[in-house]
Amino acid sequence: MRKFLFIATCLFTTTVSAKTIHVGANRNYKNITAGIAAATSGDTVLVDAGLYREQKMTINKRIFLKGIDYPKLDGEKKFEIIAIKANGVIVEGFRIMHSGISSLEDISGIKVYDCNQVTIKNNILEDTFFGIYIQNGVNCTIENNLLTAQGGEEQQNANGIHCWKCDSMRIIGNKVSGHRDGIYFEFVKNSIIMRNTADKNIRYGLHFMFSNDDMYVGNVFRNNGSGVSVMFSKHIKMINNYFEENWGDAAHGILLKEISDGYMSGNHFSKNTSAIFMEGASRVYMKHNTFENNGWALKIQASCMEVVLEENNFIGNTFDVGTNGSLVQNTFNHNYWDKYEGYDLNKDKIGDIPYRPVSMFSMIVEKYPPAMILFRSFITALLDKTEKILPSITPENLKDNAPLMKKAF
Amino acid sequence: MIIASNVTKKFGKLKALDNVSTFCNKGECIALIGPNGSGKTTLIKSILGMVVPDSGFITFKDKNILHHWQYRDEIGYMPQIGRYPDNMTIGQVLSMMKDIRNKKNALDEDLIHSFSLHQLLNKRMSTLSGGTRQKVSAALAFLFDPTVLILDEPTAGLDPVASEILKEKIIAEKEKGKLVLITSHILSELDDLVSRIIYMQDGKLVFHKSIEAVREETGEAKLSKAIARVMSKQSVVE
Amino acid sequence: MIKIIKYVITDILRNKIVLVYTLFLMASAFSVFGLEDNSSKGLLSLLNIILIVVPLVSIIFSAIYVYNSAEFIELLVSQPLKRKSIWLSIFSGLATSLLIAFIIGAGIPILIYQANGIGFTMLAVGILLSVIFVSIAMLATVKTRDKAKGIGAAIMLWLYFSLLFDGFVLFLLFQFADYPMEKPMIAVSALNPIDLSRILILLQLDVSAMMGYTGAVFKDFFGTYVGILFSLTILTLWIAIPVWYATRKFNTKDL
Repeated sequence: MRKFLFIATCLFTTTVSAKTIHVGANRNYKNITAGIAAATSGDTVLVDAGLYREQKMTINKRIFLKGIDYPKLDGEKKFEIIAIKANGVIVEGFRIMHSGISSLEDISGIKVYDCNQVTIKNNILEDTFFGIYIQNGVNCTIENNLLTAQGGEEQQNANGIHCWKCDSMRIIGNKVSGHRDGIYFEFVKNSIIMRNTADKNIRYGLHFMFSNDDMYVGNVFRNNGSGVSVMFSKHIKMINNYFEENWGDAAHGILLKEISDGYMSGNHFSKNTSAIFMEGASRVYMKHNTFENNGWALKIQASCMEVVLEENNFIGNTFDVGTNGSLVQNTFNHNYWDKYEGYDLNKDKIGDIPYRPVSMFSMIVEKYPPAMILFRSFITALLDKTEKILPSITPENLKDNAPLMKKAF
Repeated sequence: MIIASNVTKKFGKLKALDNVSTFCNKGECIALIGPNGSGKTTLIKSILGMVVPDSGFITFKDKNILHHWQYRDEIGYMPQIGRYPDNMTIGQVLSMMKDIRNKKNALDEDLIHSFSLHQLLNKRMSTLSGGTRQKVSAALAFLFDPTVLILDEPTAGLDPVASEILKEKIIAEKEKGKLVLITSHILSELDDLVSRIIYMQDGKLVFHKSIEAVREETGEAKLSKAIARVMSKQSVVE
Repeated sequence: MIKIIKYVITDILRNKIVLVYTLFLMASAFSVFGLEDNSSKGLLSLLNIILIVVPLVSIIFSAIYVYNSAEFIELLVSQPLKRKSIWLSIFSGLATSLLIAFIIGAGIPILIYQANGIGFTMLAVGILLSVIFVSIAMLATVKTRDKAKGIGAAIMLWLYFSLLFDGFVLFLLFQFADYPMEKPMIAVSALNPIDLSRILILLQLDVSAMMGYTGAVFKDFFGTYVGILFSLTILTLWIAIPVWYATRKFNTKDL
């Protein structure tokens, strides 16, 4: 009972002591730095609409900093705009623009230094170098922010949402475009990336390195310079994402390099030069993904092992599968391939002869790229047909032994 | 009217025309005779511009015919084997030719009527017999009332009645002062027609004489006999 | 000249082969669009028809027609007509009737099912290929007197353009694998109207794959206005040069 009373008293006192501080042209505090200085932990700082030029504003106590009608915070192309150095800070509702540019200091629109439980939501970031940069954060939420950079040179531009050495992050519902990488994860674990949109970023929509046990769900990665890159990571789950229109020689819907124990399901790949490029991937399980109108649906290098594809739909791709060697240690089963020309005599909806998704011509193009100019010519069609009957250079055991007659889902 | 000077034409190694020079004047009916492959048709085709000589030239009314085509307006030509687009009817062929020639003045449709072609106007060319086709060819040659008629084996394939009609037509046209050039194997039928004879052999022009001169030289009244005589003389000379 | 074209066209159109060709195109176009559950597969089948069947029919039909019209041509030549206009009339007549057949047979289904960029490119390419192969047939027939030889030559030419040439290109690629061959390939493609047409369609049909490095080189060239202008000029030359040369030959040809 005494314990309860103590807790109740504590709660009561904190509630009572929490106050709201207004900042604005017509308020006591004309600038936000002064407002924050006046606040104590647990206070709310409400900022009126207007233009604020604070030079490297630092939040070093647990406050809720909220903008009303998107007050503008201008970094004058020189400064970092908001630095968060306390746990439990919430920043909401600002228009943050024109940060400085420096590769040495990683200048950002909002940077979080070694904190936990920070929330950054509903902000608009324009023309920032790094957008939102979390360093050593734990259990932080970055939600519904809109980040837009000008694009241009890779050196003049850094990542939209950048997480480094973090744990248990939630990146939800943000829109990032024009940055170098839309979302960047390095040494981040147990985190979720959900319902974000990354488009027209210069390099990758999502860049993912040395980050284990993460999951990303329902994101859209569209028309980024080189698509999405996931490297050197384990136990990643990728569910219901859209990878679209990532065009270019080095562009992939998703690049999986040195990935193990991955799980991909319900993803939708359309109009990418190559939807999935896999190198050194092992134990990746792919189910119920859709590959539509891609140049190559899957480029799977001979260094991949125990990759399993089941019940995926391959529709209207120029090439279904490309590979660079004859060694195949991966499994294709029960997929739907629109190019399958077999038959189903026993009516079990499974084709009676295996489907070989690697065409001879795709092997030729792999080796001699200019041969692409002969694509869909009579001679290559003849070569492909001959190869189907007498496989010689396509990998003998890269085949789907039980191709579906109708779409898998 | 037509003058050929030193006309030579080779088909591969074969000399179809070997330095042939001759002339044809108005009001004459000239028989172009000689054995098979002697170059008669080639000469006719050269005059029509269908074959282009390797050397020498041909003039029509003092104009070189090379690269000209308007002069053919004055020529009516009946080919050895007349073949026409299979899908067209006689009527269509006739109207097409009228269309191409675009002649405003009166057409000479005598032969169409005397061959009774006007009753066959809806017949397709592909269904016609060789003789009927020859009739069409003949009718076409005379249709535009040309000043020069070139007839290549006109009576081949015609029945005697038609052949007689054609002969009479030729005579009538000759009387009008037209130049008629005929090739034929069947010499007997040329008897009452021709005024001059051009005899060719192996692409060479052997002689060009009036029929009276030939008769006088050989002492034969019949053309066929006269020519036979000439031919045998020719071989003696050789 | 227009008169002769008119007669040639009516003559050809009365011919059942052109009607059969039209019906064949129409039947296959409708069936590829109707039977395939996705239209991109239908387009691929149609692509093969346009790149293989259209040139084949155009070249062989034209060659046979010209040989079968030998006497008709002879008849016309003996008339007061310019040889040039006779020959060009036959060319125009053939081209027009095959175009009518193509536009009705393939054009209508394309406009119904694929009235978009790909559809229009296919239509344009089919039209150009029809005329190009009439033009090539005219050249083949004027060069050979013998009918069997001439038709054989026409078939060989078709085989060359649709198969042998590409085999040769593939061989070349293997031989010069160590050199950058992308740009030379563009020049080589100009030597074959079928290849050039195929690339134009490919850029629309397989745009994703064409964005790969090599593809991008082609796309950067053929996808620009300069590239399209270049392609159209080359294809027009493929019509003009054979027919021009054939007309020159025909002017001095013995009949």
